[in-house]
Amino acid sequence: MNIHEHQAKALLKELGVDVLEGIVCFTPEEAEAAFTKLGTPVCAVKSQIHAGGRGKGKAVAPGKLDASKYDAKTGDYSGPGVTSERGVVIVKSAADAKKTAAGLLGNVLVTKQTGAAGKVVKRIYVEAGCKPDKEFYASVLLDRSVGLPILMISPEGGMDIEEVAEHHPEKILKIHFDPNEGLWPNQASRAAYFLGLTGDAFKSGAKLLRSLCSAYGKLDAAMLEINPLAVAGNRVFCMDAKLSYDDNALFRQKKAEELRDINEEDPNETEAKKYDLSYIALDGSVGCLVNGAGLAMATMDVIKLFGGSPANFLDVGGGASKEKVAAAFKIILNDPKVKAILVNIFGGIMRCDVIAEGVIAAVKEVNLKVPLVVRLEGNQVERGKQLLKDSGLPIQTADSLSEAAQKVVASVK
Amino acid sequence: MAILVDKSTKVICQGITGAFGAQHTRGCYAYGTQMVGGVTPGKGGTFFEIEAAESGGGYDGKQKVPAGKLPIFNTVEQAVKATGADATMIFVPPPFAADAIVEAAEAGIRLINCITEGIPVLDMVKCMQALKRYPKTRLVGPNCPGVITPEACKIGIMPGYIHRSGDIGVLSRSGTLTYEAVWQITKAGFGQSTCVGIGGDPVKGTDFIDVLDLFQKDPATKGVVMIGEIGGSAEEEAAAWIKKNMTKPVAGFIAGRTAPPGRRMGHAGAIVSGGAGTAEGKVKAMKEAGIAVCDSPSEIGVTILKAMGRA
Repeated sequence: MNIHEHQAKALLKELGVDVLEGIVCFTPEEAEAAFTKLGTPVCAVKSQIHAGGRGKGKAVAPGKLDASKYDAKTGDYSGPGVTSERGVVIVKSAADAKKTAAGLLGNVLVTKQTGAAGKVVKRIYVEAGCKPDKEFYASVLLDRSVGLPILMISPEGGMDIEEVAEHHPEKILKIHFDPNEGLWPNQASRAAYFLGLTGDAFKSGAKLLRSLCSAYGKLDAAMLEINPLAVAGNRVFCMDAKLSYDDNALFRQKKAEELRDINEEDPNETEAKKYDLSYIALDGSVGCLVNGAGLAMATMDVIKLFGGSPANFLDVGGGASKEKVAAAFKIILNDPKVKAILVNIFGGIMRCDVIAEGVIAAVKEVNLKVPLVVRLEGNQVERGKQLLKDSGLPIQTADSLSEAAQKVVASVK
Repeated sequence: MAILVDKSTKVICQGITGAFGAQHTRGCYAYGTQMVGGVTPGKGGTFFEIEAAESGGGYDGKQKVPAGKLPIFNTVEQAVKATGADATMIFVPPPFAADAIVEAAEAGIRLINCITEGIPVLDMVKCMQALKRYPKTRLVGPNCPGVITPEACKIGIMPGYIHRSGDIGVLSRSGTLTYEAVWQITKAGFGQSTCVGIGGDPVKGTDFIDVLDLFQKDPATKGVVMIGEIGGSAEEEAAAWIKKNMTKPVAGFIAGRTAPPGRRMGHAGAIVSGGAGTAEGKVKAMKEAGIAVCDSPSEIGVTILKAMGRA
C-alpha cells in the first residue's frame, strides 16, 4: 500500500528523520495561507499523487486530456488543456502559491509513471524552501536473495537510480542490516563518508541514515525511498519521501488505514479486496477468473500467447465459494473493456461440480452478455462439465488451458 | 526413495483446531500420512477426532478412511517428546506464524512446512535469522502448498489423488500451477518422486537450488520440473546452478510474462521492480542453462517427458 509524500514525511519526522516543514492543502486559498505561514522566501508546491515523475509531469484540465498526445516512453504530454507545466513548482509569493495550486488541484497530472490516463490531483503539499548544497539518493528495501533489508545510497541525487546502477554502479553503496539490530554506527559512518559528508553534516547524515533504517522496520515498510536527500550547511534532510507498506503487516500498522487514499486506488481493486479476491486491472479485453496466483498469471500469459490481451489478473483463492465467484464476475464486468471472459479453475481440494454451480448461478445473476469460456480440471470434472452443458447457458467449455485461450481469443476477434 | 518425506515421516499440525488446519489434517490423514498429533496452545490434553468414512481416503481418494484420534498438545516440544514427530505443517494465522516456525525449530523438528499466507516480510526476515541457530531444520514455505511423496506421505493442502508414485521431481513457487503440471504427468501415465511447493513469498526457507540439489542426489528422481514466476532472481540463480551441477533433464515454466511492472501479482513475491525479476530474463537464463522451457502451462507435462525421451 502506497501513501502520499506528506504522510510519509510526517511519519518519518516522528521517528527522528529530518524533513522540511510543510502544510498539506486542498484549496488554492489554503496554499496561499500556507506560504505565508511557512515564511520562507520561496516554497515548493507539490502535487500529491501515488506516482513518481511529478516534477517533469504536466497538469491537464480533465475534459481536455488527449491520450494520443502522451508519449509512454518519455512521459511527455504535448496535447491541449495544460494547466501547469510541472507537477512540482517553486513559488515566490503567496499569490503565486494560490495561482499555482489552482493550476494543479482538480486537474489531471500526467507523468512517466501514471500512464496516459494520468491521476487527478486532489491535494498538494506546500513545503518550505531550501538551498541544498548537494543532493543524494537513499533508499531502504528488501534484498530477497539474502533475506535482509538493504540500505542503498548514492551521491547522485534526484537521478533515476536504475540509470545510475546501470551506467555508474560504483556510485552506489549497498549495506545489508539486521532489522533486530538496525544500522550499526560503523555502517552509518561508512555510508556518510561515501556521500562525501564532513564535520557536523557528517554526524547529522549518519544519524539520519540510522533513523531511516530503523523507521523501515518500525513502519513495516516494503520500500522507503528518499530522492533526493539533501545537505545544506550542517543539516541533512529529506527533500522527497516515498513509502509503501508491506500489505501483510497492515494489521499491526494501525495508522496505515487512516492514511489510505481511496482516490488513488482502482475502485474495482478496492471492491475486490472486500471479498478477499486478488484483482489487478489491466488494459486488455479478456476478463480472467482463476484460482491460484501462479495459474492466474499463466492464464494471462496464454491469452497473450494466442494473440489476445488480458483485461485483468484475478485470483479467487483456494476456497472459492459461490458468492466469491459471483462477486468476481461482477467485478470483471464492471470493466467496460471486457469483451469475453475466461474461467480457468483447477479443482484440487475444491470440487469442479461446486465451481460449475457457482459459475452458473453467477452467469444468471449478472445476466451475462459477453462470451464465456470455462475450463475446469481436477476433482469431479466430468460432473462439472455436465452441469455447465445442462444449464442451457451459452457457455463454451475447454479441456486444456491452451484450448480455452484459443476459444476465448477467437470469440473476441 | 524420494526426498524430504516418506512413509516413516511422523507429522504434527500446528494450528490443528483452526478450520483450515483441521480440514487439511483430515486430508493428510485420509491420504495415509502418519499424522501423530497437533498443537494448539491452551487445548493440550484434548483430542482431535477423525470420523471413519466409506470413501475419500488413500492415494487415489477412493478408499475407506479409518477413524482416528490425534492428541493435541500445548507446545511443539511436548508434541515431539510424546509422539516422536519429525515434521510439522503450520496453519497458524499470519501474525503468529513466524513464532510458530521458530518454536518448531527449537523443538527439534526436522522439516517445517509453513502453509500460512500473509506473514509480514519483516517477521520472515527475523525468523530466517533465528533459524540459522538450527542448521538441521529445514523450512519449506511460507505461503506454499507443502510437500508430497506420492503414495507415501502428503504434508499440506495439495489434492492427493492427482499424484502417482514415479520418478519426476516437481518444484514450484505456485500451488495450482504445480497441480496443473502434476496432473499432466499423471494423465500421461507417469508419476512423481516428490513435489515441493517452495511458496510465493519473497523471504522463504527452502529455495530452488536446495531442492534441485536434493533431486540431483536422489536416485529415485530421473527428471525435474521447475516452475517459477516473476520477481526476485531465484530462477536465474537456479539456472546457473543447474548448468554447473545438474545431470538430470529439467523442464521449466515461468508465469507472469504479461504482468505489469511494479504490481504484486497475488503472491507477495511476484513483482517486477526496477526492471529486475522479469519473465523474459528468467526464461532466457533457463534456456541458456539447457532447461526445456515451454510457453504454455498446458505443455509442462509433455515438455518434461520429451526431455526425458518418453514422448
